Amino acid sequence: MSEIKNETTTRTGVRSVEFVKSLESKAPGGPIEQRWDKHRFEMKLVNPANRRRYTIIVVGSGLAGSAAAATFGEQGYNVKCFCYQDSPRRAHSIAAQGGINAAKNYRNDGDSIFRLFYDTVKGGDFRARESNVYRLAQVSVNIIDQCVAQGVPFAREYGGYLDNRSFGGAQVSRTFYARGQTGQQLLLGAYQALSRQIAAGTVKMFPRTEMLDLVVVDGRARGIITRDMVTGKIERHVGDAVVLATGGYGNVFYLSTNAKGCNATAIWRAHRRGAFFGNPCFTQIHPTCIPVTGDHQSKLTLMSESLRNDGRIWVPKKKGDTRRPQDIPESERDYYLEERYPAFGNLVPRDVASRNAKQVCDEGRGVGPGGQGVYLDFADAIKRLGKQKIAERYGNLFDMYQQITGENPYEVPMRIYPAVHYTMGGLWVDYNLMSTVPGLFVAGEANFSDHGANRLGASALMQGLADGYFVLPYTVANFLAGVKPGGLSTDHPAFAETEAEVSDRVKRLLSINGKRTVDSFHRELGRLMWDECGMSRNDAGLRKALRRIPELREEFWQNVKVPGDGGELNQELEKAGRVADFFELAELMCIDALHRTESCGGHFREESQTEDGEARRDDENFSYVAAWEYTGNLAKPELHKEPLVFEYVKPSQRSYK
Amino acid sequence: MKLTLKVWRQKNGKTPGEFKTYQAEHISPDMSFLEMLDVVNQDLITKGEEPIAFDHDCREGICGMCSLMINGVAHGPKQAITTCQLHMRSFNDGDTITIEPWRALPFPIIKDLVVDRSSFDRIIQAGGYISVSTGSAPDANTIPVPKPDADKSMDAAACIGCGACVAACPNGSAMLFVAAKAAHLSFLPQGQVERYQRAVNMVMQQDLEGFGNCTNIGECSAVCPKEISMDTIARLNRDLIVAALKGIEPAAQPAEARAG
Amino acid sequence: MTGVLTLYRTSVGKKVIMAVTGFILVGFVVFHMYGNLKMYQGPEVFNAYAAGLRELGYPVFGHEHLLWLARVILLVSVVLHIWSATMLTMQSQKNTFANGVSGMRRYGEKKRQTGYAAYTMRFGGIVIFLFIIYHLLHLTFGVVGYGPGEFKHPHGGEYEVYSNVVIGFQNPLISAFYLFTMVFLGFHLYHGVWSMFQTLGLNSAIYTRLLRGLAVLIALAVVIGNISFPIAVMAGIVGPAA
Repeated sequence: MSEIKNETTTRTGVRSVEFVKSLESKAPGGPIEQRWDKHRFEMKLVNPANRRRYTIIVVGSGLAGSAAAATFGEQGYNVKCFCYQDSPRRAHSIAAQGGINAAKNYRNDGDSIFRLFYDTVKGGDFRARESNVYRLAQVSVNIIDQCVAQGVPFAREYGGYLDNRSFGGAQVSRTFYARGQTGQQLLLGAYQALSRQIAAGTVKMFPRTEMLDLVVVDGRARGIITRDMVTGKIERHVGDAVVLATGGYGNVFYLSTNAKGCNATAIWRAHRRGAFFGNPCFTQIHPTCIPVTGDHQSKLTLMSESLRNDGRIWVPKKKGDTRRPQDIPESERDYYLEERYPAFGNLVPRDVASRNAKQVCDEGRGVGPGGQGVYLDFADAIKRLGKQKIAERYGNLFDMYQQITGENPYEVPMRIYPAVHYTMGGLWVDYNLMSTVPGLFVAGEANFSDHGANRLGASALMQGLADGYFVLPYTVANFLAGVKPGGLSTDHPAFAETEAEVSDRVKRLLSINGKRTVDSFHRELGRLMWDECGMSRNDAGLRKALRRIPELREEFWQNVKVPGDGGELNQELEKAGRVADFFELAELMCIDALHRTESCGGHFREESQTEDGEARRDDENFSYVAAWEYTGNLAKPELHKEPLVFEYVKPSQRSYK
Repeated sequence: MKLTLKVWRQKNGKTPGEFKTYQAEHISPDMSFLEMLDVVNQDLITKGEEPIAFDHDCREGICGMCSLMINGVAHGPKQAITTCQLHMRSFNDGDTITIEPWRALPFPIIKDLVVDRSSFDRIIQAGGYISVSTGSAPDANTIPVPKPDADKSMDAAACIGCGACVAACPNGSAMLFVAAKAAHLSFLPQGQVERYQRAVNMVMQQDLEGFGNCTNIGECSAVCPKEISMDTIARLNRDLIVAALKGIEPAAQPAEARAG
Repeated sequence: MTGVLTLYRTSVGKKVIMAVTGFILVGFVVFHMYGNLKMYQGPEVFNAYAAGLRELGYPVFGHEHLLWLARVILLVSVVLHIWSATMLTMQSQKNTFANGVSGMRRYGEKKRQTGYAAYTMRFGGIVIFLFIIYHLLHLTFGVVGYGPGEFKHPHGGEYEVYSNVVIGFQNPLISAFYLFTMVFLGFHLYHGVWSMFQTLGLNSAIYTRLLRGLAVLIALAVVIGNISFPIAVMAGIVGPAA
């Protein structure tokens, strides 16, 4: 440990307890390409006749949740699946546009399982577990097969075979896609599989039902407490294993590309019940979103990264230049990405593009209302290829942009700005995707994931489906084979106790009757997080956030106004519970960001950069997963470290110059 | 902008509802329609009144959760978008806007503008899938799919299940929704095995849920945010007639309709 | 047969009955209009045409055999067409009324986004049905719309339909009523013809424009042909036999 880091930890009061509690990854040894096969063989099985005696609770119905619930159902388990939306088909996986990676090498262009593994580890800036990533690359191949068989209408070539494209700067074409709606189509595939099991009676679906707490009995996850969002009824559900597939926590920033309802309550409540939180500060900021137009803004809209293939990014050289873009002569424009990164130009990775946009805007050279935007200009591309060709490639995106902004991007340059898009952090899980609470499994974006400190484009869909279709069905079975089915009723005191806590919390939120709305608190928290724990972070800013968040949280619990009552559909109450949890999670994110004094992937610490302003990783001190344990004191979580060992991909510094 | 809103308020499914009038002030043309409602709600909460309940989630036109009958048109005056993608610049200062929930027997009102669309889920459960269990799929490129078929399948698969088709249909029919799912799967070779059985099962469930019948008016397609074509309905009808000639009966007892 | 019964149980099955009976009725309407054009060839041809209809199918079929067969088929078609329409309307109304509040329309405000024709089907159908009854009482049985002795019933194989038509349409009120109902028939045919193909699953992305065109053609042909008769009589183009 370096001196500086020691100082940091003492000042924030973080107790570093390295090696005190080791986190066993349970990843098998041996050659990496044999690990999953070996592990699958070694895992225990449940006799088909016994399976229906086991109940598996699946929370969330996105790619990971639907896929897992459907597959468990097919295998004969008794499944209960929960989602807060009115239908499992609406989970936010549906909004993914670009595509899904798979190492099929249908293009014969040099792709392989190892290359996808290598790219993912490297792209994640060496903060992911090698064994997990390799397994992800292995099963990626099966995912495509499964989805095609389900009727996912992937794009085809004229010969009738699957089309691929290169995505996010990858050197090979390994991305499968269904127009700009890949996430939707994959989710509908999983939803259909889930529907089939619901009809078969193996899965019972609970839509408009929100998980509000985890029930732990004798150290094992044994159930959940939910609220029926229509009747307000608080209910107990018992199971032999609990799977959380509840997505990411990008909405801690208030403005993000997440759906409005996306929340961290399930994973946060599980964290409070003993599940460690891995790398909470790792968030991904997507560079090509439509800028904020005002305080009314409720969410941000992402536009496909593919726009950067033909668009040129620039800002005026002069500060506060209010001329119309077409009036600014070429000589007074700063094509900053092309200048700083001649090799990659406008196609630098997401984090680099985002950070540079922030930098030029901070210099006062941003464009559009509020100066929070940069131009993405297609004038040259239109000149070169013609309007027709550009319309063919990006027509839909241009229409969407015009719909939202009222500006015609064929004539005026688009304005873009980065937005929070994905959270790499999440509940810590071992190789079996089990958290530190036995019987509690976490899948998809909700776990701390295979993406390390930065996720590659088209890899989120891959991970969600890999976890749901091909990993959990084995590892949960292995866990269940070791425990007796059932044997517990919801009358157990642990259920009564947890339910009482949940009910009290709901009552408390309704009884405050203060002056400020939930949204106003959420907005303020989001703004603070965006400023201090967003695209770039520094010691002073994070400390400021760590002072401010508890104050704001305190004010929230004193002064929030939640109208209505708990016995009916009450959307403000739902929001209030979620924001209360965001307040707690936000603090942990800042603590994690403060302790990790290196820059890596999506986490950029201003103190750790090269002379020319690029991120500097510190493998000597930070080559580990930070897994935080809830101690009962939000300001003083306990840090555990899972050291990361790289046997196959040698860590190297990323460079895009 | 300043607007007058006539909004349907209804406490729950058992209590009759009514229109209430609200003034929406300080509305920016850059706001989305739902953001405008957010602003109105913030006002209502501050004044100690109940905010207007409405369904929404992704706010980018893909999840299908948002609904709303706006001035008598499902998803509002602009074509091929959802309510969340509608922006206030499509209205004029001083306008009066009528906002109602989807109304149909199989979409019972839960509260204000929120309706229960689980009947759609039960239609899919009745057969809107290909029966393939995880792990049993052959290599993805084993069966080539002609590009025009894949494209047509994708056109139909774009359905977001929002229910605008039912809301706009004078008969309250769900045929466009059913037909879109049937066409999505029947254009693909993988969907052929269960093609006719699927058509029968889904339409039976549709009727059982209490949806109306299709009289080919076309309101559904006109308001569909994904512009699903009425051709899909013809295709479904054809499949049903073929199913009749093949002597296909509904496979299992259709799921019990909760509504109705 | 079980499959057919299954189809019949669905709403689409009843639609198929609508479409098939509609097809028969469209065929009749087109044939009826086309045959009546013989009016322009004068009383001999027109009256001979009326007489000839009775001898259709000779020598296999006897006097009026085929005509009666056609009448029965048409009558059954009309009954089934109306019956299925009623069943389907009731199904839809149960759905769309149930969720409204008593005394209120389904929506406070609802704007039409498609063509008007489809909206006239039910009301227009009733108008057409009432018209058919009047039309039969008028030109077939001669019990309404004529002064005493004006309507000439057939006797001894001789038909005086030409004179009946001319005299019948000389009443401007009756002619106006015929013209008025033809508007509804036009809408009914325009939507019905396309709809028939749609219901029978014969429509597709490739054919839809063609079928819409066919619907326009049939609707226009029938309406123009039919309204030409009263207009021609009123304008004196078709006058009493010399």
